[in-house]
Amino acid sequence: MTGRTPYLRIEHVSKSFGDFQALKDISLEIYAGEFVCFLGPSGCGKTTLLRAIAGLDIQSAGTIIQNGVDISALPPSQRDFGIVFQSYALFPNLSVADNVGYGLVGGKLSGAEIHQRVGDLLAMVGLTGQERKYPSQLSGGQQQRVALARALAMSPGLLLLDEPLSALDARVRQHLRAELRQLQRRLEVTTIMVTHDQEEALAIADRIVVMNEGRIEQIGTPIDIYRQPEASFVADFVGQMNFLDVEHQSDNVIRLGDAILEIGAGKFSRSGSATLCIRPEDIQIRGVVPGQANSVPATIELMEFLGSFCRAELRLVCGRRLQADFSINAMRDLSLAPGQELTISLPADRIRLFPAQTNVARHHG
Amino acid sequence: MVDTTLAPNAMAVPRPVRPTVTGEDWLVRLCLLLLGLYLVLTLVLPLYTLLAKSLQDKEGQFVGLANFARYFADPAMLQSFGNTIFVSAIGTAITLLMAFLYAYALTRTCMKGRGLFRAIALIPLLAPSLLPGLALVYLFGNQGIFKSLLFGHEIYGPIGIVMGEVFFAFPHALIILVTALSVADARLYEAAESLRARPARIFMTVTLSGCRYGLVSAGLVVFTLIFTDFGVPKVIGGSYNVLATDVYRQVIGQFNFQMGAVVGLLLLLPAVLSFAVDRIIQRKQVALLSARAVPLQPKPRVLIDRLFFCLVAAMAGFLLLVLGMALFGSLVKLWPYNLSLTLKWYDFARAGTDGWGPYFNSLRMAALVAVIGTAIIFCGAYLVEKTRGAGRLRALLHLLAMIPLAVPGIVLGLSYIFFFNAPNNPLNFIYGTMTVLVVNTICHFYTVGHLTAITALKQVDNEFESVAASLKVPLYRTFWRVTVPVCLPAILDISVYLFVNAMTTVSAVVFLYSADTKLMSINAINTDDAGNTASACAMGMTIVATSAVLKGLHSLIMRRVERRTQAWRKR
Repeated sequence: MTGRTPYLRIEHVSKSFGDFQALKDISLEIYAGEFVCFLGPSGCGKTTLLRAIAGLDIQSAGTIIQNGVDISALPPSQRDFGIVFQSYALFPNLSVADNVGYGLVGGKLSGAEIHQRVGDLLAMVGLTGQERKYPSQLSGGQQQRVALARALAMSPGLLLLDEPLSALDARVRQHLRAELRQLQRRLEVTTIMVTHDQEEALAIADRIVVMNEGRIEQIGTPIDIYRQPEASFVADFVGQMNFLDVEHQSDNVIRLGDAILEIGAGKFSRSGSATLCIRPEDIQIRGVVPGQANSVPATIELMEFLGSFCRAELRLVCGRRLQADFSINAMRDLSLAPGQELTISLPADRIRLFPAQTNVARHHG
Repeated sequence: MVDTTLAPNAMAVPRPVRPTVTGEDWLVRLCLLLLGLYLVLTLVLPLYTLLAKSLQDKEGQFVGLANFARYFADPAMLQSFGNTIFVSAIGTAITLLMAFLYAYALTRTCMKGRGLFRAIALIPLLAPSLLPGLALVYLFGNQGIFKSLLFGHEIYGPIGIVMGEVFFAFPHALIILVTALSVADARLYEAAESLRARPARIFMTVTLSGCRYGLVSAGLVVFTLIFTDFGVPKVIGGSYNVLATDVYRQVIGQFNFQMGAVVGLLLLLPAVLSFAVDRIIQRKQVALLSARAVPLQPKPRVLIDRLFFCLVAAMAGFLLLVLGMALFGSLVKLWPYNLSLTLKWYDFARAGTDGWGPYFNSLRMAALVAVIGTAIIFCGAYLVEKTRGAGRLRALLHLLAMIPLAVPGIVLGLSYIFFFNAPNNPLNFIYGTMTVLVVNTICHFYTVGHLTAITALKQVDNEFESVAASLKVPLYRTFWRVTVPVCLPAILDISVYLFVNAMTTVSAVVFLYSADTKLMSINAINTDDAGNTASACAMGMTIVATSAVLKGLHSLIMRRVERRTQAWRKR
């Protein structure tokens, strides 16, 4: 990404509401045409950051530069963005066409041009023929498209989406997610979407900004975020993750209870205790022989059938528990059942280590 | 990790951002300041003048609490203080009991005719409070049909006041209790029944405890209404003095402004009491209705339904009897000797020199209050609720808008004399004009309108303004094209509320009218004072009819508005 000039630069932005610091020294760059997701639990500051970018709640300190212009202190009406809210905020007393054309009326365009533009926008979101309906006569998904068309009506340089999909039911959400992504690619409009749904962020974003307690925990592509979480918060928040307390043994070796595990070089240099992270689907059971490197004996305590796979709760000899995902095939081939003992392997390249004592961030879900 | 390739100047300590103030922001601030100025001039300064007056002697010298000391040393004054508490307490107890049974029947039984009974119960809202007084004179007065029912007691005095006040305060209590009783979770009743609780126990532990807060609020509202009402005791109180009539006598009769101010301040007591009680209760009140509550559907219970039908019919009968008597009294030639019907009492030109002038004054004032008042109140509520920035000023304005609820009309009227009639007040010129009546009446009923508007505005998505700003559409256009149409039902409610109250009010304006701006409700009192009860009744009924016509018009308009907007209103 280096070498390109960022479209949006956020520099040392912080925001306080009274004593509460909602944003703590946020710095971030977003490039033209990118689709960026702000991801985090509720109260992490993601919406506050979005509203600061829009100028709806201007930050207490720090600079925001959009397209080379310092917009830090400008009111929303003097900034260049379109926005879709979770509630859509469609004007209930105006027809679909009037909603979409709301910002166009009173501008430079003639009535016929507005009509044309509104027609184009509605065609773009697949709502041709719905011009004269009122928002309450549309389904949730259709309302969301109207809100999107309205936000794009003025051809803004920046599209802001504040949890636009979370009011919809699961199927519509997945469908619209894909459409939104296609539309954004086609228009190449720089887009920021706020979401608390990690699956949504992984599926849709070019880059994800994971936030927690007013700070940025990690910025990266979905694969980076999932595979290489840089903080235990990210590891915990995105996807399923096992956390195990381990002791540091020597350079690339750690001890998990009685078992000795190798880890990749340079992952963890400090001695003492640490937290090991491994995803349930990364735990191997096929072709593992006792005594092999990174293998650990375990007992299946519980099995939960989840359709395409099975999630098992394993107990290690040292008493620690962890979750492992097994395919239905593996289950059948190895005739896995609760109470069974087996040997599992924790592959060195799938293990991540974090300093101990970060248990606070867990159970966020 | 966070990208740290930053411009060199950004490495310094980030400086605080001062948001750019736009022309629109200035416009909003200007409007907020104008609203603040308006409320200060029409509410704060008059009330301050009243307070100051109570601490001064006749020459305007500060005398501390001397006036209060004099008041409490005067046995006659103390007597009417005691009288006021006495009739208010009794009246509140009776009104609450009646309104609770009535509301219970409307919300929790399958009694027949609930819609009709609800409509009947609201009739007293259309009448000036002196009307029940006049009707009671016909019913129980010296020549009344039911005089014998009083067993030799006089209607002129506490009995008449309590009866009249019950009529006057009944709908206010009913509205609150119906709301409180409508909010019920069927699951609580099912749980109680499945635990084999007896009906009486269920009533005590679920029904009563569920509407505790409503009962207390209704009690406070009714107590305050009766404590401060002027119309009923003026007409039927006889020599039984209460605080509201004392103020009038002190000021209009004896020009003793200082003592008037002292009594006026005493009339604020129930509001202070309400505020304190409300605070205590609010702390204990928890939301009764969770999102998962199942609304209670009353089941038919033959015996209970019939019992309540009889009870409610009797109470509705009392309300209709009072109103009907006023109507009948205004239509008979010479009560009780010649009962043939006539319209001569409606020929107001015969009754006095004013003719129908006061009626048109009332109509004009009510229309002005409805139009101007609604505009000020709604725009004010919009500024307070929907604009950004100037947070402290907006909070202060909201607080000011709440004050009128606590100020009885008679106190507000008195404050207006003190403030606007002061020779050194540059606004002195509006004293005695229609303007002062309109301004006073808007102020008198400001709070209910304000709260109605705020409630409606809170239901409008807060992001409308954000979206409009992102589309570069000015605030006022969104206000006009979206906010006003969406809030139209509330706006109409406010204007009808203001109109009806402006038609019926007596207490505040009784101090402020002049020969040219005499109002119908005041004319009725003066006509009754002059001994022409029949004509006073006719005037009262004219007001009731006008209010009723307007209410009817309102529901017609609402039906049309609903039909026109149902496409976007229905969910």
